[in-house]
Amino acid sequence: MITFSERQLKIPKMSKPVYLVTGGMSKFGRAIPEKRTEELVIDAFNEAAEFIGKTSAELKKYIHSCYYGHFADHFGDQLLGEAVIHDRLGLDPLGNIGIKTGGATGGSTIWEAFKAVASGYSDCVLAMGWERMDEVPTDEGNHLISCAADKDWETPLGHIYTGYYAVMAQKYWQVFGKSEDSFRETMANIAVKNRGYARMNPHAHGAMDITVEDVINSPVVAYPLRALDCCLMSVGAAGVILADEKTAYELTDNPLLLYNAAASHTLRVADRRNMEIPLLPNESPDQYKDLGERFPGGDRYPGFTGFLAARMAAYYAYRMAGITDPNEDLDLVELHDAFTISDIQSYEDIGIRPYGEGRTYVESGDCYHTNPHTGKPGKLPANLSGGLIGCMHAVGATGIMQTIEVAQHIWGRWAEMHEDQRKWDTFGRKKPSDWTDLQVKGAKRGLAISHAGVGSHVTATILIHPDHQLERRF
Amino acid sequence: MVDLKDRGTVKVIDGRFQFKGKFHYIYPNTPIRDESGELNGVTNPRDMTYVHMYGGEAPFFDSLRDGKLLGTRCDNPDCEHTGTVHVPFKIHCPDCLKRNTIFDITEIAKKTATVHTFMVTERTGAFNTLEKPIRFINIEFEGVSTILMGYLPVGEPKIGMRVLPIFQSKNPTFTILDLAWVPEGTPESELPEGFTFN
Repeated sequence: MITFSERQLKIPKMSKPVYLVTGGMSKFGRAIPEKRTEELVIDAFNEAAEFIGKTSAELKKYIHSCYYGHFADHFGDQLLGEAVIHDRLGLDPLGNIGIKTGGATGGSTIWEAFKAVASGYSDCVLAMGWERMDEVPTDEGNHLISCAADKDWETPLGHIYTGYYAVMAQKYWQVFGKSEDSFRETMANIAVKNRGYARMNPHAHGAMDITVEDVINSPVVAYPLRALDCCLMSVGAAGVILADEKTAYELTDNPLLLYNAAASHTLRVADRRNMEIPLLPNESPDQYKDLGERFPGGDRYPGFTGFLAARMAAYYAYRMAGITDPNEDLDLVELHDAFTISDIQSYEDIGIRPYGEGRTYVESGDCYHTNPHTGKPGKLPANLSGGLIGCMHAVGATGIMQTIEVAQHIWGRWAEMHEDQRKWDTFGRKKPSDWTDLQVKGAKRGLAISHAGVGSHVTATILIHPDHQLERRF
Repeated sequence: MVDLKDRGTVKVIDGRFQFKGKFHYIYPNTPIRDESGELNGVTNPRDMTYVHMYGGEAPFFDSLRDGKLLGTRCDNPDCEHTGTVHVPFKIHCPDCLKRNTIFDITEIAKKTATVHTFMVTERTGAFNTLEKPIRFINIEFEGVSTILMGYLPVGEPKIGMRVLPIFQSKNPTFTILDLAWVPEGTPESELPEGFTFN
């Protein structure tokens, strides 16, 4: 569709508020040959139980239905893998369902779990996601991922999903980045930032202490994208428990309000027709009138430069949660940095910056934990977990990992979950001698964006401390 | 080695699939051990042939060998967006869900095809048959609402560059690989083997 009815634009409603109770993650790695998937899932579940001082057996007794995110069945040659996990978690005979929306699978899993609680169907649910991409050689992995493109019109062209994405990156680079060296450096700074933050995260497997030059000199994947601009391919699991208010406060004295909205756009970028830009609460109707003049070639929306699904997920979610300006109302974000350039594109789609001006979020220093220009806290830190570039992209778990990371800041427990030497030892990782506490002080509200490939599915998950709710005027 | 002459083929006879030959080959699995010799897992070899129907898109893939590029258009006068042209070919109008009209856009493509964006890569996945580096291009046409993805086997792509379609008419694969693009002005002698302008 290229025009939308009022009914389609209706802000989603919930019958009751939904709370995030707890969450846990496994170790993430490029390969974890010593463990079966179910072992990783149980590691994540156990961490979630321990986080709120429960045993796993105690926590399980609260769960009423289960939502499992796992994208790529064909990697593992196992259909109904969700049923295997459900059985190993000992959660029969509870209803369970598998969710698959490409890179957005983790966020979509939370979406389904959220709706189950919001509707009153279940008082307490499990949303667990995982992925296993280590059991094939890389070129076969590339082919299997390329099956997420259109099998007749795209996949035969190289069997390389990155390529179908990179054409969008090229367009953005030339139109909005104007092919400038300074823009290229801004992209590189995102890779440096996210890999650097990953150094403080024992779960992360892409930690690197690198420079802008390292990124710019890394091998070309598809110009202008280089190896260090790209996200990781990962194995691991992450899970959260959502509940209604009564159940949430039975389980913990500090649950967080959770809102989630989803949107979609065509599987093939080819099919994206021109439309007007749907506006977020912090944008004005005439704001984009001269976009094509300021950025020649940038007047086609969403074209190959914007992600309508991200825009619409934010459109719904901001209004559900009462957010009028993400820069003012949020304290941190976890974004889907599949590539450095798509990270910049998403700043615009979700209204952190207007279309065409995404780069300034990085260049101003706002996206850092500590603004490198002022030495003061960044206005809206992004991807302190390391993101997909530095922490992981275990597809079905990614959106859930992001949500947990945001929550740990709002709970004020980020250091507790990242500093513990025992965790570094258990994961076989060396804690850096300059380990730094990245806790966002006083964090009250945060956002996680989960995004599929070229933008077919996107979810926006918003977490709010109950003492800091916003007026919901929409 | 697999004897390819036994590879499975399929016909549709009287509305049913008729399978002939071998569609899968069985190989023994092997153990996977770590450096200490401990068993970690096993390999599970799979060699099988998938079967896939084009349905209403079949005319598009069958016309390429004849040097024809087909698109579709919504001709439903009651559709909010009647007249919208789709390349890639869409069987139904995504707005009103009425069946689109198939029509030949080869001449429009020859006169107006322009590179909207592109990508050059040395990286491919398993089963790739294109020569590396691959140059993906995304092509705009006048009067068409969508932007087709293709590849450029000759020349270097640039945004705004005019390109012409070429067709694998001699040994067609009946896939999207039968369609490629070359910069305007490319002589026939420089086309990849098996490709022609018409």
